[in-house]
Amino acid sequence: MNKDILLHVENLHAGIEGKEILKGINLTIRPGEVHAIMGPNGSGKSTLSSVLAGNPAFTVTEGTATFHGLDLLSLSPEDRSHEGLFLSFQYPVEIPGVSMVNFMRAAINAKRKYFHEEPLSAGDFLKLMRQKRAVVELDNKLASRSVNEGFSGGEKKRNEIFQMAMLEPRLSILDETDSGLDIDALRIVSEGVNRLKSKDNATIVITHYQRLLDYIKPDFVHVLYKGRIVRSAGPELALELEERGYDWIKQEIDEK
Amino acid sequence: MQQSDDQIINNATDGEYKYGFVSDIETDIIPKGISEEVVRLISRKKGEPEWLLEFRLKAFRYWQTLTQPDWAQLDIPPIDYQAISYYAAPKQTKAPESLDEVDPELLKTFDRLGIPLHEQKMLSGMAVDAVMDSVSVKTTHREKLAELGIIFCSFSEAVKDYPELVRKYLGKVVPYTDNFFAALNSAVFSDGSFVYIPKGVRCPMELSTYFRINAAGTGQFERTLIVADDDAYVSYLEGCTAPQRDENQLHAAIVEIICEERAEVKYSTVQNWYSGDSEGRGGVYNFVTKRGLCRGDNSRLSWTQVETGSAITWKYPGCVLKGDNSVGEFYSVAVTKNRQQADTGTKMIHLGRNTRSTIVSKGISAGYSQNSYRGLVKVAPDATGARNHTQCDSLLLGSNCGAHTFPYVDVLNPTAVVEHEATTSKISEEQLFYCNQRGIPTEEAVGLIVNGYAKEVMNKLPMEFAVEAQRLLQITLEGSVG
Repeated sequence: MNKDILLHVENLHAGIEGKEILKGINLTIRPGEVHAIMGPNGSGKSTLSSVLAGNPAFTVTEGTATFHGLDLLSLSPEDRSHEGLFLSFQYPVEIPGVSMVNFMRAAINAKRKYFHEEPLSAGDFLKLMRQKRAVVELDNKLASRSVNEGFSGGEKKRNEIFQMAMLEPRLSILDETDSGLDIDALRIVSEGVNRLKSKDNATIVITHYQRLLDYIKPDFVHVLYKGRIVRSAGPELALELEERGYDWIKQEIDEK
Repeated sequence: MQQSDDQIINNATDGEYKYGFVSDIETDIIPKGISEEVVRLISRKKGEPEWLLEFRLKAFRYWQTLTQPDWAQLDIPPIDYQAISYYAAPKQTKAPESLDEVDPELLKTFDRLGIPLHEQKMLSGMAVDAVMDSVSVKTTHREKLAELGIIFCSFSEAVKDYPELVRKYLGKVVPYTDNFFAALNSAVFSDGSFVYIPKGVRCPMELSTYFRINAAGTGQFERTLIVADDDAYVSYLEGCTAPQRDENQLHAAIVEIICEERAEVKYSTVQNWYSGDSEGRGGVYNFVTKRGLCRGDNSRLSWTQVETGSAITWKYPGCVLKGDNSVGEFYSVAVTKNRQQADTGTKMIHLGRNTRSTIVSKGISAGYSQNSYRGLVKVAPDATGARNHTQCDSLLLGSNCGAHTFPYVDVLNPTAVVEHEATTSKISEEQLFYCNQRGIPTEEAVGLIVNGYAKEVMNKLPMEFAVEAQRLLQITLEGSVG
């Protein structure tokens, strides 16, 4: 296996309740890259992110996924997280009564335990929180509130990126992070993502629209349609989609 | 999906009971069975005055006319009241003058339970009365409290040293005629704690009683009496554990509280009696009558309970709000798993004007358990301006358990405002996956979510207890999810 490859997905088939949604996905991601996955509604974009993160609601029926040399599909969702896979949820879940502080502390210390490290002291942890909050200009008050409870759409997405900053993943999957964001929130979230970018990590941006890609510049753009990646190209593809919509691609594929 | 969800929950609620050990202590235990003779024997063993024996006998005779209540949402196997020993005491020839005279095995037991009786080792902010089986072993910090005029001692000592106070208040809030188990307790009660806070005194430390059943085949029937005189304040904690045994053990306690003018009492319980194994074998039957009387105007009584143990719980800590503007509160978390059954709630009896009560009940059910909230809010004809708010939430872990709500509302004054809110929820797979994705394993996630759900109640516990109670919720539910 090439050491330069962070994620290698081959012929991935997966579905939910017996219905196949992903019908043979192939994807290779190297450190430092940003990949955009676009496509019309119902093409399988969110399923792909769920399957990579190990959501037990989905069943993988065929294919492989290798994550920096590890057999990703054999890992539990929490071990995938420890190994550096992060999913920014399209619909972040509310957990009433559990403060962000307690939640993040449990997450950070679970990861440290996985790597046989001592739990972070309360002082060090709070320092880390403060530092990372700045990345997405997250209010201190939000951090002391219950996880996502009563957060606005924009606050929820900022909170996702804040968690991403805390966990320092190798691969971040942003699932429709732009949905429900106004222009200011979009800017803050994107700047946060860009700040976290390095030559060692990679990002998959799943989006329906070009808009987000004005802020987070992709190196590659893939079009997902009917459970397959039907086209891959450079950033110019996103602009073309913005201009012409998805119909011409649909037509091309459906004619085949 | 349903099945894996249930498996998850089952594994997480299947935690081991870590207080299940038995201490090897020589015990003075009377033969099984109950009769007037037994009642007299208990009274004699405790060297009680005649009036107390009379009280016991009256209660016993009344108890004989009663049958065990069966109105609760509980399936109680028949109890043979003649197969229980009603008095067991760690053998000790005379009362210990100092800690050095206490059986080291006893001290070890309480150390193991995390209740050190050595004063120097004690959490500075807490005084403890440790009760093993039928008697009080040791009460700490007594001298310090005595300087303020606070009486904190075992019930037996109170009978000897403060007979007038005990006689004045005993059975005034929970008369022996109250119910079957109250009558039984009044006949055979062994020990417990007595607290008196004099006028105008704020008790500077948490008072705590730690109950431990050790001997086999015995019942525990303790009695606690707390009196807060005018303008007094006290926060009182109660903890309980028992060894792991295959047979069931009966625990029928009474707690009576009296709040005089502007007095405030906070009573917190962390109940962790042995709950039986996963098949429902063994465990404590916890049939308890707890009630407080807010007799004075502007007085305040608050019950907080975290109920995680016992095979069967039957318990309704209540407040009789007699004084004008008095306030009653009830905050409860009741967790049931495996085959546990709980029927618990409160009674708020509004008698005075502008009396207010708040009820927050959080039930958590897992495994094959049954968890019921039963509560009465009663507003008497003269209770003008009475207010009650009840919030009653149920959280289900898995699909084989049951949650039930039985609210009784009885309003006889047209100015009263009574509100009842109820919700039922499950831990969603989305919540668990969200936690997993952030690296938090499922068991820990369930612990977090459950603690979050119970937070409103946990926040009411004194600091010293809150951490332990949080851990307890987590441990209790270990194995319920997997």
